[in-house]
Amino acid sequence: MSATSDDRYAEYDGQWKRPTVFRSHTVKYAVYAVVLLFVAWNVWAVRLPLDRIVQGFGSAGVLVGNMFPPDFGVSIVVRTTEFGVPVPVGTNVSDGAVRLWDGMVETIAMSIVATVVGVIISIPIAVMAAENLVPKPVYIIGRTIVSVSRALHELVVGIIVVVGFGFGALAGVVALVWATPGFLAKLIAEDLEDIDPAQIDAIRSTGASPLQVMLFGVAPQVMPRLIGLTIYRWDINVRAATILGVVGAGGIGNVLVRSFDRYDYQYSLAIILAIIAVVLVGEAVSAIARRRVQ
Amino acid sequence: MATDIATRSGDWERFDRRKKLLRYFGLLGTLIVTLASWQALGVRYTYLETAPEMTFNLFQRMYPPDTAYAPEIVAPMIATVNIAVVGTMVAILMAIPVAYLGARNTTPNRYTYSLGKFLIVASRSVHVIIWALIFVILFGTGTLAGILSVAFRSIGFLAKLLSEEIEEIDETALEAIQATGAGRLETMMYGVVPQVKPAFIGISVYRWDINVREATIIGFVGAGGIGMELQTRINFFDWNGVLTILIAILLVVMFSELFSAYVRKKVR
Amino acid sequence: MLSVENLEKTYSSGDEALKGVSMEVSGNEVVAIIGPSGAGKSTFIRCINQLTEPTSGSIELDGVDLTGLSDGELRDQRRNMGMIFQEYGLVERLSVMENVLAGRLGYLSAWNAFRRDFPEEDVRHARATLDRVGLGGHDDNRADELSGGQRQRVGIARAVVQRPKILLVDEPTSSLDPETSRAVMQLLTEIAADEDIPVLINIHEVELALEYADRVVGLADGRLVFEGSPSDLDENARDTIYRATAESSSDPDGDAEGSNGTDPRMITESR
Ligand SMILES: Nc1ncnc2c1ncn2[C@@H]1O[C@H](COP(=O)(O)OP(=O)(O)OP(=O)(O)O)[C@@H](O)[C@H]1O
Ligand SMILES: [Mg+2]
Repeated sequence: MSATSDDRYAEYDGQWKRPTVFRSHTVKYAVYAVVLLFVAWNVWAVRLPLDRIVQGFGSAGVLVGNMFPPDFGVSIVVRTTEFGVPVPVGTNVSDGAVRLWDGMVETIAMSIVATVVGVIISIPIAVMAAENLVPKPVYIIGRTIVSVSRALHELVVGIIVVVGFGFGALAGVVALVWATPGFLAKLIAEDLEDIDPAQIDAIRSTGASPLQVMLFGVAPQVMPRLIGLTIYRWDINVRAATILGVVGAGGIGNVLVRSFDRYDYQYSLAIILAIIAVVLVGEAVSAIARRRVQ
Repeated sequence: MATDIATRSGDWERFDRRKKLLRYFGLLGTLIVTLASWQALGVRYTYLETAPEMTFNLFQRMYPPDTAYAPEIVAPMIATVNIAVVGTMVAILMAIPVAYLGARNTTPNRYTYSLGKFLIVASRSVHVIIWALIFVILFGTGTLAGILSVAFRSIGFLAKLLSEEIEEIDETALEAIQATGAGRLETMMYGVVPQVKPAFIGISVYRWDINVREATIIGFVGAGGIGMELQTRINFFDWNGVLTILIAILLVVMFSELFSAYVRKKVR
Repeated sequence: MLSVENLEKTYSSGDEALKGVSMEVSGNEVVAIIGPSGAGKSTFIRCINQLTEPTSGSIELDGVDLTGLSDGELRDQRRNMGMIFQEYGLVERLSVMENVLAGRLGYLSAWNAFRRDFPEEDVRHARATLDRVGLGGHDDNRADELSGGQRQRVGIARAVVQRPKILLVDEPTSSLDPETSRAVMQLLTEIAADEDIPVLINIHEVELALEYADRVVGLADGRLVFEGSPSDLDENARDTIYRATAESSSDPDGDAEGSNGTDPRMITESR
């Protein structure tokens, strides 16, 4: 059968190349080459020192050893009774534990205040960045604000505010507020661009003012999503607020950096674990709350 | 029939009233929590009064950007991109096996699945700055610590999205290929790779874009990149230099964002 | 020639999907397997090329026993069986041509599979087959751009380029509209004649089975309860096939024999 099959299909072209998403196979290989060269150049540029990598991971064990067990600064006071049975009679709370607690409270307070202020600021920016609602020049300004807010990391803003103005927790709040439109205004603007124009026209036809159009035609359409995103943003702010203290902008991060500076690694690990716990709880609360409102 | 309508509208009103009440309580609760938080921050109000003036002053001191200084930041800016690229590469290499463990349909058993999930959560819940603090202790200040912190931070992100992609693989397609007599490796090449490749490229480029931004800040704790230079300028109160750096960051980050969006739109 | 002896399959869940099925398929006949949902049709087809491992019994293809083969031997044998799936089983992100050529993967190294480096003869055959199933010129379309009927044709082409000794088809029409279903069945019968190979088709729609099959096999509750030509499949026989499960599910034992006794055309007689 195989002998005859050759003749049976002889009229068909035996050449075939896998189709490519690029314009041609030449372009494809050119793109691959460029990407490969780019990555190779990057690897070459950083000149990874192999010996230091080996040495560093070697000392990782020592560091981990120094970190364990984590020291939260809370110890249980135990008294041995006359029968030799140890009984816990109270707890001993050290300065470290107090600093940890205060740092966390400040972190969460920062995240909440920053979310509220950030959302209030983001709403008008979102309207400005919605192409279908505002004139072109306003739209460009709105998009620029969103882009700049996204491009500069909150920590960059934080360090400038701290050194420029010198306030702690408030600098952190400013940094978080700064970063909010890049997330919230961007997403809400995209929603605004998708809203149903018929509903707006209906309100407008009753002779409503632009503000009334916003309140009764636009707001109801994006409100549920705004609430959801606000909760989500709070969750992001909690994460960010835990590290803003690294540059002195308030919150637990400050306590963490100082513990590292003092080589108090057991305390450092306690702080890191506390941060992870708070972040995970924040994530869970945010997830549950978002499900409830939707 | 009339009573029917009446009770129904009554129900509706009751439902509406409950919703309204809930909304007011929600609003009130938010207000109270916010005010309490504000109190907890212990902000001195004199700051707020002088803030507009100080902001204006700062901008005045920043402007114009120091163009003579610009050539000096080219090297650290490039180092920032290097950190993002190499960090992402390292993360990709490590994320593939983690994703394999963390995907329900490829993981060997329950324990490996838990291990995969644990690694994902561990990587994701530690901020890049904290990774940087740790790696600076281990490897000293500089690029290496930066690469590793970016990499370790990205593993969880990449592995999570990749494992979700693996879980969505069409199993009948794999079965069909096996049924032709293809071996395990051929099935991988022909069935698995094409199904996850586009998403994988998209996810990687997206993470690279995020990492460019993260690489701008790890310098604050000594892990290389433009952040170290920025911190120095700020500490010297060289505000014109600071503005120069900010503009450079803005350009690089915006470019990487556009690039990443373009690639993600192209690969399907 | 395919010959199945006393095939049994018990899933790890305890489901006894096949309770001793024997059957022979040869020449270029089209055999339709009908039966209610859960009768074990898919299990039977999947056991033949070992996508599902049978619990006991033997399956011989041209004299080679397919049970208990090593991985390598099984792969070699699978190349001789073309399988067609209800959900097509295409790699959606690959082109039509790549999906068809997948039928040749059993003859390719992993590296060549990665590079899509197929022999010219395979490519010619694939092109001819695509033409044959009415998809000439669609080579470079992505599979996810095709309609259901077109996808099933790609699935058929993939099986045909294997140059199989038999086609195993699991409900080829369940995801298709009636008109497309008939076209696909027509195509399968034509291929059986052209390639001179037997085709074993699982199918829900009895009407299609009657129209296109040379022989009809009735499966109910893991047992063969009918075997005969389409003209043998009268009201009575249908009742037996489709009632068997209904009764046996309320009373697990004993009624299959009962219906055998009442109908002379049932399996005992045709043997
Ligand atoms: N992977 C599996 N694990 C456990 N039990 C299974 C599995 N696949 C099928 N079964 C069981 O085996 C029996 C036969 O199933 P099978 O899919 O072969 O039936 P079918 O005749 O193809 O039905 P349908 O017409 O619905 O496709 C059913 O009781 C089913 O629940
Ligand atoms: Mg089935």
